[in-house]
Formats: sequence, structure tokens, C-alpha cells
Amino acid sequence: MLAYILRRLGAGVLLLAIISLVTFAIFYIVPRLAGRTTEQLAAMYVGRAPTPEAIQATIDRLGLDEPIPLQYWEFVRGIFMGAEYRFGRQIVECNAPCLGYSFQDYTEVWPTILDRLPVTVSLAIGASVIWLIAGIGVGVVSAIKKGSWFDRVAMGVALGGVSLPIFFTGLIALAFLSYQWGIFPDVGYVPFTESPADWAYHLVLPWFTLAFLHAALYARLTRAGMLETMSEDYIRTARAKGLPERRVVMKHGLRPTLTPILTIFGLDLGLVLGGAVVTEQVFSLNGIGRYAVVAIASSDLPVILGVTLVGAVFIVLANLVVDLLYAWIDPRVRI
Amino acid sequence: MTAPPDVSSAGAPAEPEAMLEGVRNTAGRSLGQIAWQRFKRDKVAMGGGIVVLVLILIALLAPVLTALFGAPPTQYHQDLIDPLTGGALRDPADPASGLDPWGGISAEHLLGLEPVNGRDLFSRIVYGAQISLLVAFGATLLCVVIGSVLGIVAGYFGGWVDTLISRAMDIFLAFPLLLFAMALAGVIPDGSFGLEGNSLRVAVLIFIIGFFNWPYIGRIVRGQTLSLREREFVDAARSLGAGSGHILFRELLPNLVAPILVYSTLLIPTNIIFEASLSFLGVGINPPTPSWGGMLASALNTYTTSPHFVVIPGLAIFITVLAFNLLGDGLRDALDPRSQ
Repeated sequence: MLAYILRRLGAGVLLLAIISLVTFAIFYIVPRLAGRTTEQLAAMYVGRAPTPEAIQATIDRLGLDEPIPLQYWEFVRGIFMGAEYRFGRQIVECNAPCLGYSFQDYTEVWPTILDRLPVTVSLAIGASVIWLIAGIGVGVVSAIKKGSWFDRVAMGVALGGVSLPIFFTGLIALAFLSYQWGIFPDVGYVPFTESPADWAYHLVLPWFTLAFLHAALYARLTRAGMLETMSEDYIRTARAKGLPERRVVMKHGLRPTLTPILTIFGLDLGLVLGGAVVTEQVFSLNGIGRYAVVAIASSDLPVILGVTLVGAVFIVLANLVVDLLYAWIDPRVRI
Repeated sequence: MTAPPDVSSAGAPAEPEAMLEGVRNTAGRSLGQIAWQRFKRDKVAMGGGIVVLVLILIALLAPVLTALFGAPPTQYHQDLIDPLTGGALRDPADPASGLDPWGGISAEHLLGLEPVNGRDLFSRIVYGAQISLLVAFGATLLCVVIGSVLGIVAGYFGGWVDTLISRAMDIFLAFPLLLFAMALAGVIPDGSFGLEGNSLRVAVLIFIIGFFNWPYIGRIVRGQTLSLREREFVDAARSLGAGSGHILFRELLPNLVAPILVYSTLLIPTNIIFEASLSFLGVGINPPTPSWGGMLASALNTYTTSPHFVVIPGLAIFITVLAFNLLGDGLRDALDPRSQ
């Protein structure tokens, strides 16, 4: 078991290293391939007033005229050890993990991400609970009652669900449920610590919008997995032993079905925690995903870079947790 | 295992006709014909396939359709717009008549008007289909090429080649795709790679979506290759002195056409939604060229006065994606007897 955990940890660290390399490549190498000179590249990092002095200072600070591997080293060092930034004659300390400064308001990127994290986490946790329960529940019932009207309706809705983009369902919810009929509140976020009831009330629409797409997908996956598992020999054995059907389904049928779904859940949860970009944009929730969307409109590179990295870290962490859970559910993987 | 479809090239595995020798009067059918028979019986899949064909026609004939039924997609009709709310007027002759709950749908403007500018929504939807399908097909083609080549190489050679490619696939699948795509689209300046404006945007979208989604095809091809390479026809080819290149692309690839076809059909809708999401987030096609995702982004500002502007582009995406999903599901059922 320990060897397994260490191996997964090692894989996680390796993945993070690769992701940081790719992120670095996107921001420092791709623009060069696209034909930008060192000066133009530096100008992208200077912000609103690209004077020749400021550009030269940025080249020096980021080491843009140094060899690429050295630049990557500086980039990683900034994240772990912090960095110093020069604004004119003023020197500002950027503590680790230093993800740089926003061009728009000269605030540090990392503290802003931390500030916005509760919004994204609230959205992700609520939605994932809904889609797990709804998706797996519907999938199991559909599989057991294969061919029934429930199965047909549920699978029809699920097929529609996987074909509906979040920004469409979200906008429909906003236009009708919120604006026209006034059942749910307008966009906005109320912190949990202020009023748990208002927090939940304001998040109901984003939760269900985000959860609907995933629930549809999970219902289809669970149904397919259950149908396959329930035709296995050991299910017949379990029934032959005289186990109650409930126990056959819940213990023998569901468990092997859930393991692949858990893997997908890990990816999905990590993805959503790293910024449910579209949902946050539709409902004007100021989470980390929307931070990146707004940053793109103003070419605020350090913010985009920071959110991308943090998003990747979330995916790696979520995968790691799932891998460990996996070992607990399915003893075979520990070997 | 997935049954190989009709394979015309030489060196295919045991043809069903060969096994039917001596019972000629029963009229042998190739696996492709059997699949087609099965597909034809599947009404839902046929419906999906027909809708897909119609959509492709609509995209190809966009200039003709617009000339016949609409106004040019970039022409403003601000005389039909209520200056107060930006929505379409109930009575175009009377600027004080208030909002039209149907968004200005009329004989001249079949799907109504875009809020604020008053551009004809029908022609914008029709032209939007061009972008949507072009990007989705291009990206899927790129996925298929990268995924098939790497998948078949990984599955056939095994060993460290397989380990390397499989790990690469894991890494690609663990990426925060949308964020990376946004970042990439954001750092590529106009005029890069000798392309400008929307031809650059289309190329960037195709590249990003194709480059990040290939592992879905890659995994499937690898899995199928793993089992195919143990089959006798591969041994036979090898004992006849065929090189790896020949075995990979002349022996194995024809047998992988069915799963590749099925999964690329199922990848197209994913890629359509991906393109629409990027356009929705403002990193896709530049205005004034119409795109469905871009329209929904503007609808975010006007949904209170013009709910129809949410519904129509949204339905366009929904119908397209659903049609491809139905077609893909049907193809899978027809080509893979196991899934029945």
C-alpha cells in the first residue's frame, strides 16, 4: 500500500512538472514561434505603459534574453521562492508562491486567487454532490428497470442533457426562472459566513446548471456499467445464494460499476475546482474561472498564467485523492 | 471484439464470404452491408444522420439561403429596434410600440432580429453553422490523424513506446483544457503563421481543440490494436516478410476504420461545444463574423429584453450536437454487435 501511495505521489509531482513546463511553453515559447521578438514578448508583460525602459526592465527581470532552460528555471523559482518586482524606483517583494502582478490593477495574482477561491469551491462542491447523487441514482434505477418508461424517459433526458452546453441551459435558467418568473434570485454571490441560507439560495441555479450536464453523463455511464456488471456470473451466484436483490445490486453490482466513474469524477471535480469557467461567466460569479475570462479580455497575462497553473494543480490533486480512494474501494489496484 | 467492417484492401482478415463457400445461394453479405442494414433499421440514428446532412447542406449553401430568405448577416436594421430596450419593435412603423415578445420574427426575418444592432438572425445562424462545422470537422480530423497514428504505434510496438505514448495520453487527459485553450488563444497575436483575422482564429481553434482531444481516439485505437496484433492475419503478413509500416497501415489500419469512424462521429459534438464555449468566452471567432457561441455571449447582456436571442442560437447548437450524438450512437450499435 505504501509503495502504491508513493508511486501515485511521484506520478502527481511528475505531472505537475510537465504541466508547469507546458504552461511556460504557452506563455514564453509559443508567442516566439508565432513571430514575436523579445521586445514584443516583454511588452506583453509590461502592461499598459510599454516605455522602452519598462520593456528593458521586464526583459531583465524575466530574463527573456537568456537561454530558454534558464528562463524556465527562473519561472519555477519565482513560484517556489518568490521574486522581486520593480515598479519604477520602487521594489516590491512578491512572496512565494509568486504568480506575478495583474496589469490591470497591480494586485498580486496569488492572493486574488485565494480571495476568489470560496466562490469556486462553493459552486464545485454543491454541484458535484447534486450530479453524483442524481447521475448515479438515475443510472442505477435505469439499469435495473431496463426498458421501462422510467428508463426511456431518463435516458432521453440524459441524451438531451449531454447535448446541451452549460452556457445555453444557464442563460435559459437566467432568462426564464430568474428574470421572467422571478423564482430564483438574480446573479450574485453571498458568502456562506454571512448567511448560509442566502448563500445556498443564490447558488441553486448555478449548481443545477453545472450539475445537469454532468448528471446526464454520469447517468449514461452508470447505466452502461451496471448493465455490464449485472450480467456477470458472480451476480448470478449472489442471487443463487439467496441474497436479497437489494444487497445484490448495492453490494455486488454497484461497487465495480463505481470505480471507473470515480476516476472520471476525480477529473471532473478537479476541472471544476480549477474554475468552472463557463458557469461562473454565465452567472457572473467572481470565482477564479471568471478571473481568467476577464483577464483574457484585457490581455492580462500573469492572471491567465496563474489561474491556468492553479487549475492544473487542482486536477492533479483531485486525481491523487481519487487514486488513493480507488485503492481503498478496489483492493486489486494496490498490487 | 469489434467486428471489422467491409474491407476492400488486400490482406484483410477472413472474409465472411470465404466462410460461406459452398452455400452461395444464401447471398453473402459483407460486414459493411450487414452494418448498413442494421443502421437503416435504427430510425433514431437515421433521423440524426439526415439532420447532419441537412446541416452540412445549410452550411455549404449559406450564401444562397441568405440571399433567398434573409438579409446579409452583417447588415444593420436599427429601424426595427426599440431604441430604449434594444429589443425588436412590436410594430416597425411605430417606434413607441414597445417590445415584440417574439423578437421580430416576420416573413423578412425568419428567426427574428439580433438585439441592439438588428442584424438578421436567420442569416447569422446559417453562417454560424459554417464556422461551427468547419472548426468541428477540422479539429476532429486532426484528433483522428494524431490519435490513430499514435494509438496504433503504441498498441503495436508495446514496450517503452507504449508506455511513453500512454503516459502522454494520461497527461493530456488531465489538463485543464478550457483554461489552456483560452491561454493559447490569448497569446497568439494577429498575423502569426502568415494568417490574419478569422482565418487565423479558425486555424488556432482547430489546432487547439484537435491537439488537446486526440487521446480520446488514441486510447480506443491503442486498445483495439492490442487485441488485433495477436490475430493470425498479422502473423501471416509478418511471416511473408511484411515490414512494420506495411503491417501498421495496410493490415491493421483498415480493421480500425469502424471504431475510428464511430468515435470521431461522437467526438464532433464535443468539439462543436468546445468551439462554442471558446467563442462564448471571447477567445473564438472575432465579430462581426457570426458564431453560435459568440451570439450567446452577447445574449448574456440582452436576455432580459430578448429571450428569443438566447433560445435560437442555443437551439442551433443543441440540434446539431444532438444529431451528431444520435448518429454516432447509431453507428456504434450498427458496427459493434456486442453493444446490442
